[in-house]
Amino acid sequence: MTENFFLDNQDLQFRLEQLDLRGVLEIKEHGYAYAQESPIAPRNYADAMDNFRLLFEVLGDICANIIAPRAAEADEEGAQFHDGQVEYAAATQEAIQALKQADLMGAMLPWKYGGLNLPETIYQMMIDIVSRAEAGVMTVFGLQEIASTINEYADDETKERFLHRFASGEVNGAMVLTEPDAGSDLGAVQTRASFDEEAGIWRLNGVKRFITNGNATVHVILARSEEGSSDARGLSLFLIERDETVRIRRIENKLGIHASPTCEVQYNNTPAVLIGKRRFGLIRYSMAMMNGARLAVSAQAIGIAEAAYREAYQYAHQRVQFNQPIANLPAVSRMLLLMRAEIEASRALVCETGLWVDRLKTYEHLQAQGDKSLPHLRKKLKEAASLADALTPLIKYYATEMGNRVCYIAMQIHGGVGYMCEFNIERLCRDVRVTNIYEGTSQMQIVAMIGKLLGHALDDLIAEWAAVDYGPEFGALKKQLVDITDMFKQATDALKEKERDIIDYYAADLADMAAFVVISWLLLRDALVSQRKADIARVYIDEHLSKISALGTKILNADETALLARETILAEQF
Amino acid sequence: MTYNSIVLVKQVPDTRNVTGDVMSKKGTMNRSALPAIFNPEDMNALEMALQVRERYGGQITVVTMGPLKAVDILRDALYRGVDQVILLSDRKFAGADTQATAYTLKSAIEKIGDLDLIFCGRQAIDGDTAQVGPQIAEKLGLPQITYTESVVSVDGDEIVAKRAFDLGSEVVKCKLPCLLTVTGSANRLRPASAHKRIEYKLSAIPSEYSDLLEKWPEFETEAALDAYLSERDLKITVWTAADLDVDEENLGLSGSPTQVYKVNYVVLESTESKEIPPTDEGIRALVQELVQEYVVG
Repeated sequence: MTENFFLDNQDLQFRLEQLDLRGVLEIKEHGYAYAQESPIAPRNYADAMDNFRLLFEVLGDICANIIAPRAAEADEEGAQFHDGQVEYAAATQEAIQALKQADLMGAMLPWKYGGLNLPETIYQMMIDIVSRAEAGVMTVFGLQEIASTINEYADDETKERFLHRFASGEVNGAMVLTEPDAGSDLGAVQTRASFDEEAGIWRLNGVKRFITNGNATVHVILARSEEGSSDARGLSLFLIERDETVRIRRIENKLGIHASPTCEVQYNNTPAVLIGKRRFGLIRYSMAMMNGARLAVSAQAIGIAEAAYREAYQYAHQRVQFNQPIANLPAVSRMLLLMRAEIEASRALVCETGLWVDRLKTYEHLQAQGDKSLPHLRKKLKEAASLADALTPLIKYYATEMGNRVCYIAMQIHGGVGYMCEFNIERLCRDVRVTNIYEGTSQMQIVAMIGKLLGHALDDLIAEWAAVDYGPEFGALKKQLVDITDMFKQATDALKEKERDIIDYYAADLADMAAFVVISWLLLRDALVSQRKADIARVYIDEHLSKISALGTKILNADETALLARETILAEQF
Repeated sequence: MTYNSIVLVKQVPDTRNVTGDVMSKKGTMNRSALPAIFNPEDMNALEMALQVRERYGGQITVVTMGPLKAVDILRDALYRGVDQVILLSDRKFAGADTQATAYTLKSAIEKIGDLDLIFCGRQAIDGDTAQVGPQIAEKLGLPQITYTESVVSVDGDEIVAKRAFDLGSEVVKCKLPCLLTVTGSANRLRPASAHKRIEYKLSAIPSEYSDLLEKWPEFETEAALDAYLSERDLKITVWTAADLDVDEENLGLSGSPTQVYKVNYVVLESTESKEIPPTDEGIRALVQELVQEYVVG
């Protein structure tokens, strides 16, 4: 039996079985009418779900047999930079070639451009599989969000010009936002876009930094189009095809994801196409693109964690100390159990988030088309937008911190050898570290979600889950969750009354509570259909409940004490 | 100029994964305990054909002879984007040695006609004979390039290819049409295309219809399913002896002069040793002996 990263992953298979994409696919597949035109568009829901399974099998085969075996090599060689040109490591080139040959580079693009018209949720699961194989090449595979942005916001001519080439893998994309002085604060972007009246086109000038895969053919760039402006509303989104006016000045020497080139790029009067409307570059399009990327990075962290868990599991079963494999020692088996539970918890949440993002996108599509066939569209759209906005930063925060925790524990299980470069775990620890930094640090995710949390954005969803009959077997667990949910609501209300600085200081605690509450309900739901999941729910809730309850107490008692210390301790020179 | 290719492939038991259940005490093989796989070097042949098509265009037809279950490897070929597949399956083909196999395949190739290149794997991992490809070339009266490592170019009615040996390689030129046997180190078969995997997921032969109907009850009857598959070109062609212009005497067991007399379980072990003095003279004597025994030289 050949290896396959989908077929050997029970949890991913479970998630696929549990996904309810009926409503989303009905709209995306236009009532399955595309099946009349395309030999690969699904005939019905069962056909679509079967296709997803086949896609995962194709990808799982490539990841297990082509990408993963050369992961260490891709990391060691890394992307290289010579004479202004970036070259991927040989192993990465082979990985990209295989993904292209498998027609997987246009995952979310519509059928008419040669894509697979996949929902976001399915695409995120694919990223999970790729990232388990090699986290660096994920930044090539995982940047398909850029093509989606072009599909959603660019004009028809631009779409025709680029999207077929994206789907075939002929071109790939880079999302070009960050500058030396505009990182988390993207409103400060200085790259200039000026309209060349004579030529009738836009031209870009400026320097961008930390551009993942900045050697890509197509760049989608945030630039200041409104002269004299200094905030987010003066920024627009542009598309360029890399030519001699675009200079890659250097690539960064990084801790991890060595296979992924991180470029500094200079634009010198580069001809550009405006995407969408002026002034909406950051506030609408980049935010949408970044939200997709945040989901992708969440899935990346889960994939790396999966790889780390498997390394640790294998090692713990092979390594004999005190006359037994160390996996038998409770201290080690506890670590393995917690890793497993956290990974599956994250997958449950990333799928739930993906589902709401998919609903949002399909409702937006109906609205844009003026399609009134779906009853209560406006209400549904508002609900999906609110949940997607709250859950996206929540999963980005949770999954990437989780990935770091899991890799940390996995190295711990290896003991001394894990610290050695010969073992895969050190690479995974380096690779995962960027996930809670790029596409917005964990702290920025908390900023993005705190308003939603204080506005009780998750209450209705949680109430829906709490209303389910979990039967006598899960009665006690349900009671615990009902109680902690009440505490979460109380803590939310208490924090809302505080001053801004206190809210921001304790926001991370509320985010942790929110993640635990949402995830625990999701795991309990899973427990209803799977005995294995019931065990996962028990382990997860048992491990975290008391700590989360303590966070509630902390928030309920929050005051200025710690903040005041800032005035004394941090003001001191040391 | 475009070139049409035929790729000959075989489904084989996975002899690289032999477990305890495979061999019975009598020394016969329990086939069901071994997974049936795409013969590894046939994958190299298929990849070479796909690369030639990428460079020059043309049609690729993949042919296999075997039981109905061998249709699995034809689907694997469809997932890689070949244009047509044909299964040669008939009880009359069963029990064939390399000669009868070559005869049957040759007849199928003649029926397909219009071809420039035939690609085969160097040998199959079940019999390890490496005879079928060369025998087909002989029967068709075509030139052959064995141990092909790569196709350098195809131009007009000539192909230039590199052959690999243990101690080096050579580049040869050959008139088309011709037959090539391809080595395992030539390339790596590309992954299945997601598009093709979906497009051909229903591709089938009639004996598989009942399983398909169980999975996809929407088609209701075998006739409806058959109509659906035929309309979309998803019905895999099966040729029996009756479809070929053959002399039935030459098929299967009756057409096979090779008879397995006995299977011996051979354990390789050294029985004697010889000490070579570590001097120039000692080494010279060793080399001379090896040359005389035809081990080297």
